[in-house]
Amino acid sequence: MWDFVKLFVLAAIAIFAAYIASYARDPAHMVHMVIIMLVAGGLFIWQIRRVGEPAAAHDPTQYMDGVIRYGVIATAFWGVVGFLVGVVIALQLTWPELNFTWAQGYLNFGRLRPLHTSAVIFAFGGNALIASAFYVVQRTSAARLWGGNLAWFVFWGYQLFIVLAATGYVLGSTQGQEYAEPEWLANLWLTIVWVAFLGVFLGTLINRREPHIYVANWFYLAFIVTVAMLHVVNNVQVPVSVYGSTSIPVWSGVQSAMIQWWYGHNAVGFFLTAGFLGMMYYFIPKQAERPVYSYKLSIIHFWALIFLYIWAGPHHLHYTALPDWAQTLGMTFSIMLWMPSWGGMINGLMTLSGAWDKLRTDPVIRMMVVAVGFYGMATFEGPMMSIRAVNSLSHYTDWTIGHVHSGALGWNGMITFGMLYYLVPRLWKRDGLYSLSLVSWHFWLATIGIVLYAASMWVTGIMEGLMWRQVDAQGFLVNSFADTVAAKFPMYVVRSLGGVLFLAGAIIMCYNLWKTVTSVGEKKPAAAAVPAE
Amino acid sequence: METYDTLRYFISIASTVTMFALFVGVVLFLFRPGSKKVHEETSNMIFRNDDRPSLAHDAPRTGRHADKQEAK
Repeated sequence: MWDFVKLFVLAAIAIFAAYIASYARDPAHMVHMVIIMLVAGGLFIWQIRRVGEPAAAHDPTQYMDGVIRYGVIATAFWGVVGFLVGVVIALQLTWPELNFTWAQGYLNFGRLRPLHTSAVIFAFGGNALIASAFYVVQRTSAARLWGGNLAWFVFWGYQLFIVLAATGYVLGSTQGQEYAEPEWLANLWLTIVWVAFLGVFLGTLINRREPHIYVANWFYLAFIVTVAMLHVVNNVQVPVSVYGSTSIPVWSGVQSAMIQWWYGHNAVGFFLTAGFLGMMYYFIPKQAERPVYSYKLSIIHFWALIFLYIWAGPHHLHYTALPDWAQTLGMTFSIMLWMPSWGGMINGLMTLSGAWDKLRTDPVIRMMVVAVGFYGMATFEGPMMSIRAVNSLSHYTDWTIGHVHSGALGWNGMITFGMLYYLVPRLWKRDGLYSLSLVSWHFWLATIGIVLYAASMWVTGIMEGLMWRQVDAQGFLVNSFADTVAAKFPMYVVRSLGGVLFLAGAIIMCYNLWKTVTSVGEKKPAAAAVPAE
Repeated sequence: METYDTLRYFISIASTVTMFALFVGVVLFLFRPGSKKVHEETSNMIFRNDDRPSLAHDAPRTGRHADKQEAK
């Protein structure tokens, strides 16, 4: 019966999508409807071949790792795609001729830039978070993922969201809000997927066989819940028509700006920070084979972060129509964030106390430790840049871009690489990684790439900030905007080089992980049974 | 407008104080007697159940309940 309901729903969706595609008012919407039609049609065929077969068995005495293996592959794939697009747009900024005339309106900087940010944050980072959340919540709850095939729905549904968003950007369907570019259709779909994600995670926690909820899960849960709230509030909008991708936002004026940056900054705070801290609190102790330095500090870290982060958004709107008191509030809370961020960094680093020698022999833990170091550096730089006087120099310059990348490449990228190196041998039951020296190559290429990137952006950012405000004796501005653009050229070359190095490291990682799965021998089971605790 | 301003002023102070008190409460609760043992146990929990779910108990174990079981 249930099989037929599914078949009927899939067929209805496919026909409905085909109908809308033929009347679509813009190319992006037409392509989205064709994609939905193909997915629904494909699932219909897949389903009809399985009618009457017994439902997939879910053995509660085994972990559900298949979906995590897919998540790991998706993370590596989207990572390389996102870094590649990043390198392309860095080169486009350096040599504008690379905005080819034949590709105008599709592959020029303005279209590719949101593709890059969304690919690295939501596709690479999001898949890393979903896969690691599924891994960590099972191991720390000692229970199989709740909801049977719901985890598969979360994985594939999220990939569909990524494809809808990416094709939309290239074809010009965008809300024009930073990190919230997808239009109403992709937004509604993501909401459904996210609720399913929350369900799988919470269900597993409720089924847990351990008395306590390990602190990594608190961070993951805060990430899932807060992102749901941010996504819904920032996307309150009315679609103009079911035949087009355009929608009208309900918020307007300065309220819209405030809600956008409340969303935007907490996308950083809860997606790129809280979620990845969940990774840190599980994978660093596991890789170092020592419990976290201070469990109390980790709980203080958690609550301080939760109480403070949500207020920091207004620092993106200094010297705007936003009331002064709100700007000051955002600045104050950003500065207070120094405390929990550094508390967390110290906690992560000190987990290695007594095992510092591992840094010499284990490039994976080196990667994780450098990630935590960049977390500390980015969370020092961020509060400093949120101070209004500093912001008057740094805002709208490349300094901001440098700051974002030392956080995103250094912290999110490196901890994710560390996690992938940890997970792949375990998920595919291999004896170990294919090559530790390739991990070292990846480590150094990535680290040097980040240093080149961040340093060149500091120089160019501060330079252009100073050039913009330079006035002569009569009080006239000295430089035109084009003067600053010309002056930035050498730094843009260095930045592109840094990006190329970072991308090369990621490709080496993919090769190493591929060889780990295909040519490293299977891990032999332990000779004697391990006594139960 | 005056009623709005007074109320808004009062609520913003009250909510800030409440939030701060809540946070201080969380921190104080962390240092309750006996917390050291719980935290030590919890921070070492990640080193078991790596390969398969726990089969030790049939019924799911939730926090308070399990604590009592262990105390017996």
